[in-house]
Amino acid sequence: MIQFHNVFKRYESGHEALQNISFTLNEGEMAFLTGHSGSGKSTLLKLIMRMEVATRGQVNVEGVNLNRLARRHVPFLRRKIGVVFQDHQLLFDRSVYDNVALPLVIDGMEPQDIGRRVRAALDKVGLLSKEKLTPIMLSGGEQQRVGIARAVVNKPPILLADEPTGNLDPQLSAEIMQLFRQFNAVGVTVLIASHDIDLISRMGMRMMELNQGGLSRSGVME
Amino acid sequence: MINKRPAAKRPSGASFPPRKSREASPRNTVKKPPNRLRSTLEQRNKSGKTGANFSKINTTDRIKAWRRHHLAVAVDSLARLLATPFGSLMTWAVIAIALSLPVGLYVFLNNAQLVSSNWDGSAQISLYLKEQVNDDAGRNLTQKLQMDADIAETRYLSREQTLAEFKEFSGFGEALNYLEDNPLPPVIIVRPAISGITSQKALVERLQALPEVEEAQLDLAWVKRLYHIMQLGQRTITALGVLLSLAVLLVIGNTIRLAIESRRQEIVVVKLIGATDAFVRRPFLYTGIWYGLGGGLLAWLLINVSLFWLDVPVRSLASAYASDFSLIGLNLLDSILLLISSTLLGWLGAWIAVGRHLGKVEPQ
Repeated sequence: MIQFHNVFKRYESGHEALQNISFTLNEGEMAFLTGHSGSGKSTLLKLIMRMEVATRGQVNVEGVNLNRLARRHVPFLRRKIGVVFQDHQLLFDRSVYDNVALPLVIDGMEPQDIGRRVRAALDKVGLLSKEKLTPIMLSGGEQQRVGIARAVVNKPPILLADEPTGNLDPQLSAEIMQLFRQFNAVGVTVLIASHDIDLISRMGMRMMELNQGGLSRSGVME
Repeated sequence: MINKRPAAKRPSGASFPPRKSREASPRNTVKKPPNRLRSTLEQRNKSGKTGANFSKINTTDRIKAWRRHHLAVAVDSLARLLATPFGSLMTWAVIAIALSLPVGLYVFLNNAQLVSSNWDGSAQISLYLKEQVNDDAGRNLTQKLQMDADIAETRYLSREQTLAEFKEFSGFGEALNYLEDNPLPPVIIVRPAISGITSQKALVERLQALPEVEEAQLDLAWVKRLYHIMQLGQRTITALGVLLSLAVLLVIGNTIRLAIESRRQEIVVVKLIGATDAFVRRPFLYTGIWYGLGGGLLAWLLINVSLFWLDVPVRSLASAYASDFSLIGLNLLDSILLLISSTLLGWLGAWIAVGRHLGKVEPQ
C-alpha cells in the first residue's frame, strides 16, 4: 500500500517537482501515472523508493513513514519494491540468469532456491531459453523483460515501472503491459509511469495525471 | 509461482525495518527451517502464502547465507584480479617493493645483531681499585666476585703486575723505572657471564658501587656504539615502515577508487534493488585484501630471493674472518606477520577508499 499526504518535493536547485500530492494506492491495486516529461512522474516514483525524500508531507509505504526511515533500513524497503526502469539498468557483464538472480543473492537465498526462482521468473516473461546470454545480445523488448523478471523474482508486494514501454513498438508495449496486469492479478500492487495515453486508456485502469508537479486528474479512463 | 499468490493473504502493515541482520531480508532468507517445518512451509508457500510471513528467520541460515556470500565474493574478486593479470601484477609489485624495503632492513638488522652478539662475549670490565686497598683485600674481593652469577671469570692484577703489564705494553718501559712510587692501582679484570649491553651496563654500575672500587670501566666502547647504531637502525625501520605502509594504503586506496569507478553502474543497480552498504562494500574490501596478501607474498619472495643471492658472498666474507656465519632470513613467525600485516593494510586501504567514494555513488 502506498499513501501520499500533501507531499511537496523541491530540489536543491529550487525546482518544485511535486506540489501537494495526495493519493492512496491500495494493496493489490494497479494504477498508471501519466503526464508530460518533467511533470514529476519520476520524482514521485523516487519518493516511493526513497531515492529522494519529500520536502513536506508524508509518504507511507506498507505502513511505514518514509520520512522517518533510517538510511540503514532503506535496503529493506527496496527489497519490497520491484522496479522496472526505462533504461533497464541491467548489468551487461553478466548473464541474463545472473541479472535476474541479483535480488535473491542480495537476500542471501540458497543457490538451489535461486535457480528455481530465477527460472520461474524467466519463464514468466518468456525468456527461459536465453538465460545464458548476456543482455547485450538481446533486443530492447527482451532486455525490458529481463528487467521485469528481475523486478518480480523476489515476489515483492509492490511493483513500480518507469516508462517501461518507452522505447518499444506498440505490439511489444501491449505485451509488456499484459505482463504487469498478470502480476497485478496475483495481488501485486502495481504503479506504472507512462506517457503512452493510447495504451493506458485501452487498459481501463485507474490513472493519475501529473501536471507541472500537481495531480490534475485521477480516475479510471474509459 | 508468482501467479499462485492470492492478494488477500498478504498481511498488511508489515514493517520492513526488520532485524539487525545485514543481508537477511524479512521475506526470503528463510529457506531451510528445520526439516519437518520446512516441508510444511514450502507447501504453504506453494499453496499461496507469500514470503511476507516468513519473518522468523533462523539465525543459522542467516549466518550460512552470510558466509556463502563472503566466500562467493572472495572468489569473485580474486577472479577479477586474475582476469587482468598485468595490471594486478603491477599493483602487487608496487606493494611488494614498498613492503620489502622495511622488511629487508629488518632482516639486515637481525643479522647485524647476530654478528654483534657473537662479539660482545669478549667484552670485559676493568675494576680499578682504590689506593688504600691492599693486596689481600684485592684478592678477597676477586674471589668474592668469582661467586657472582653474572660474572664468568675474574683475574686479579696487583700493583706490581699492573706496572709490569703497563711497562710491557705501553712502550714507556725504561721511563717508568725513574718513578719513585708505583702510580698504578691494583686491577680486577672481570669477564661478564651475561651478554647484552643493558645488562652489562647494570653489572658495571653494581660493581662501581663496591667500596673498594675506584672506577669500573666497560671496555670495548664500540659495543656501545654498535648498540646505538642498532637503535638508530630500529628507529629507521619503524619510520620507514610507517611511511611505506602509508604508501601501500594510498596505492591500494587509489586502486580501489578506480575499481569503484569502473563498477559504478553495478553499485547503482544493486543499491536500487535493496543491497545493504555492507553488501556493496564487500567486493571492494576483498579486492583490497587480495592486493595486500598478494603484495605481501611477493615481498616475501623478493626478500628470500635477495637473501639467497647474498648468501654466497656473505659466506665467503665470513670465512675470510674465520667465521661460519651465514645469513638468517625471515622465520615462520616473521613471514606470517608480514602476510598478516600486508593483508590488513590492503583491507584498511580498501576500507578508506570505500568509505570516501562509495557514498558518492547513489542512484539518481
